[in-house]
Amino acid sequence: MRTLAANFKTPYSSRSMRLKIVFLFVLFALIFNPFTVKSEDTEKAADSTNIRAEIKQDILHHLQDAHDFHLLTDESTGTHYGFPLPVILWDDGLKMFMSSKFHHGEEVAEVNGNYYALYHKHIYKTDADGTLNYDENHHVTNAKPLDFSITKSVFSVIVVSIIIFFLFKALGDGYKNSAIPRGVGKFLEPLVLFVRDEIAIPNIGEKHYQKYMSYLLTVFVFIWFINLTGLTPLGINVTGNIAVTFALALMTFIITQVSGRGYYWKHIFWMPGVPVPMKIILAPIELLGVIIKPFALMIRLYANISAGHIVLMSLVGLLFIFNNWFARGAFLGLTLFLSIIELLVAFLQAYIFTMLTALYFGFAVEEHDEHQ
Amino acid sequence: MEKLISEFSVGLFFWQTFLFLVLLFLLRKYAWKPTLMAVNRREKSIEEALESAELARKELKKLQNSNSALLQEARDEREQLLKEAKAMKNEIIAEAKTKAQEEAEKVLIAAREEIKIEKSKAIAALKTQVADFSFQIAEKLLTEKLSDKDKQSATVTTALNEINFN
Repeated sequence: MRTLAANFKTPYSSRSMRLKIVFLFVLFALIFNPFTVKSEDTEKAADSTNIRAEIKQDILHHLQDAHDFHLLTDESTGTHYGFPLPVILWDDGLKMFMSSKFHHGEEVAEVNGNYYALYHKHIYKTDADGTLNYDENHHVTNAKPLDFSITKSVFSVIVVSIIIFFLFKALGDGYKNSAIPRGVGKFLEPLVLFVRDEIAIPNIGEKHYQKYMSYLLTVFVFIWFINLTGLTPLGINVTGNIAVTFALALMTFIITQVSGRGYYWKHIFWMPGVPVPMKIILAPIELLGVIIKPFALMIRLYANISAGHIVLMSLVGLLFIFNNWFARGAFLGLTLFLSIIELLVAFLQAYIFTMLTALYFGFAVEEHDEHQ
Repeated sequence: MEKLISEFSVGLFFWQTFLFLVLLFLLRKYAWKPTLMAVNRREKSIEEALESAELARKELKKLQNSNSALLQEARDEREQLLKEAKAMKNEIIAEAKTKAQEEAEKVLIAAREEIKIEKSKAIAALKTQVADFSFQIAEKLLTEKLSDKDKQSATVTTALNEINFN
């Protein structure tokens, strides 16, 4: 972060600065990738099927949220490196404890006479021995308390939000002294202008765009930054959680419906310019479209980020399956290439989400005379 | 789909919504509003500066135009003045000429008149002199006649010959 901050201050043109930051991220991701550290010694000992199973497990675990911030595991000694996060449960009253109580799922946590076990990253209510009951499909049938834990994703969201807040507050504060952005603002102001001039105004129109700017800017910056953290070697995967994208899409959905004007609703329930039978057929389709639009937003972001993580991790995993320098070199190159593609995807998905959100807002506030 | 639903975490949804809204309101107050306002203000001031520069440029051009127009006017006026002066000069000269001619004519007429008067005067004087002469001749004649007849006629003839009119 310090090198980044130093970079922000140098008075380069924004394009070269952006390139530099992209480069830094790639370098960062390549040097500190945990898999390179982790599998160095396991590779010789384990056979290839073991490695395959392990890689698959790793990827699946990575995609899921976790109750502690796991960085890496030393297989030879069995020690995990990382830090625990607070677990908050609602189960006849608030129960709070640190996730270190689970000892990475190996022990049962006891709070006020209630016992909880961590199984496949979900918390279940158990007895003192941690007995889990399964149904015929091997699903756990134990009761699940409402889990409001500060998980790895929640923790990441908090950290990224704080970083975003201070970065953009610096931009806002910079204008108190001068009309030109200073320091970090030189890099951030083009982002704000980009959202305003390329996303908000073209899709919503000069007349109404202003009241949506705060939401659009926050969504754009949040998704972009959180996507970028997913490309760091910390193994964070926030936008690859359906709950996160659902929350974002839901907000877009609510704002769209709340700002919907007469023309918008008329287009849904009584499509102008078509015969009456068509109007009746179109109404349910249009109504379905109202739901499908934010649903597509949700799935698009989730799927893109998840897929990116799966592909990148699989490629890194392939480096350890092939015991051949030529193949490894090829896969290293491919991983590097895909890392760069993922950087683009991180931005692109933030852009698409914001752009479509603005487009839906534009539909909602559209007035009849603008439609001609 | 089933996997997605089973993966859905209510807690994560709750925190994401809550944290996002907090971030949204904080950023709105401390970042977006000041930034957008400053950017708008700056854009407006740039626009105004450009406009006023354009206006100044036009004003300058207008001034230049009026300057050259003024110059042209002055030049025209000078030309006009010169023309007028020339015309006046010619007029004066012409007037002087005619006046001189008139004067000369007057002088000539006066001189002729004088000559006429002098001539008549001279003729009158001559007439008196002729009368005087006649009287003297008559006197002489009379005196001669009274003495000698022949001589009288000879005297008359002589006298008449003597008379020289001039």
